[in-house]
Amino acid sequence: MDPVPSREIADMSGQAALPRKNGELVFDEAWQGRIFGMTVAMSHEACFAWREFQAQLIAEIAHAEREGESSSYYERWLHAFERLLADKGLLDEAALAERTLDFETGRRDDVF
Amino acid sequence: MSRAHDEHGHHHREPESVLSLRVRALESLLIEKKLVSSEAVDRIVGAYEQDIGPHNGAKVVARAWVDPAYRQRLLADGTAAIEELGFGGVDLQVVENTPGVHNLVVCTLCSCYPHALIGLPPVWYKSFEYRSRAVREPRVVLREFGVDLPESVEIRIWDSSAELRYLVLPQRPPGTERLSEAALAELVTRDAMIGVAVVPAPAAR
Repeated sequence: MDPVPSREIADMSGQAALPRKNGELVFDEAWQGRIFGMTVAMSHEACFAWREFQAQLIAEIAHAEREGESSSYYERWLHAFERLLADKGLLDEAALAERTLDFETGRRDDVF
Repeated sequence: MSRAHDEHGHHHREPESVLSLRVRALESLLIEKKLVSSEAVDRIVGAYEQDIGPHNGAKVVARAWVDPAYRQRLLADGTAAIEELGFGGVDLQVVENTPGVHNLVVCTLCSCYPHALIGLPPVWYKSFEYRSRAVREPRVVLREFGVDLPESVEIRIWDSSAELRYLVLPQRPPGTERLSEAALAELVTRDAMIGVAVVPAPAAR
């Protein structure tokens, strides 16, 4: 069964509000959809509460604005997600850097 | 806690490809740890892309604008007419805006809403303020949404229920005679199908 969109996620307001066009979610690049989907999936699995991620996202946006970064919404989302996972002990940043290199060099091609 | 982008300054927007690689790496690690599955991510993205947003409703409106026979069927039996386009699961009455009549949809009891056509209801739709004031002083509420109707225009309020949902068929804006059905659908907004907005002419956007 397809998951029913959560209002808590869909209705995030202020700077955390999901980018939309005419009410629909906008993913400019495929990876933006993937990171969105991963974050929602892990909240469904109770790896963290959505409000925890939302707080991290808001903090990340504030940080980026303070530093005058031109990063995109989903780039900030990615950083917030990584930070939250690291805080929860669910992600090893060094392992991520290594795995990213694997994809970059073509040592690895599939996500599974 | 270390943050790679702090250490490297991170003042520039990174090329999408770098981010794309990092997200793939992240997904692959999380799958290995059995924290997510690709299928779950696919389903979630699909559900949010399709279920949130008014594009199904917009297609219905655009079809009614270009096809007078469809418009008649839609107004006569909304439920059957949307099933023609593959949308269902909702008992629907479509109410048509005309130069003399403006329709406004509310759910005074809760937040009944034609999800299948226009996605999730906006926060204000569920608010007590909208639910009570839309009935009591619709003209004022509409003005606050930026719709300033002449006194000569009759306002009809439609109170949604669990049994029957309403969708406003907005007036087709002038200057859109040459637009394709798909281009027309792009113009139709969620708010216009609730009745708190009119569809603006393309030039005004």
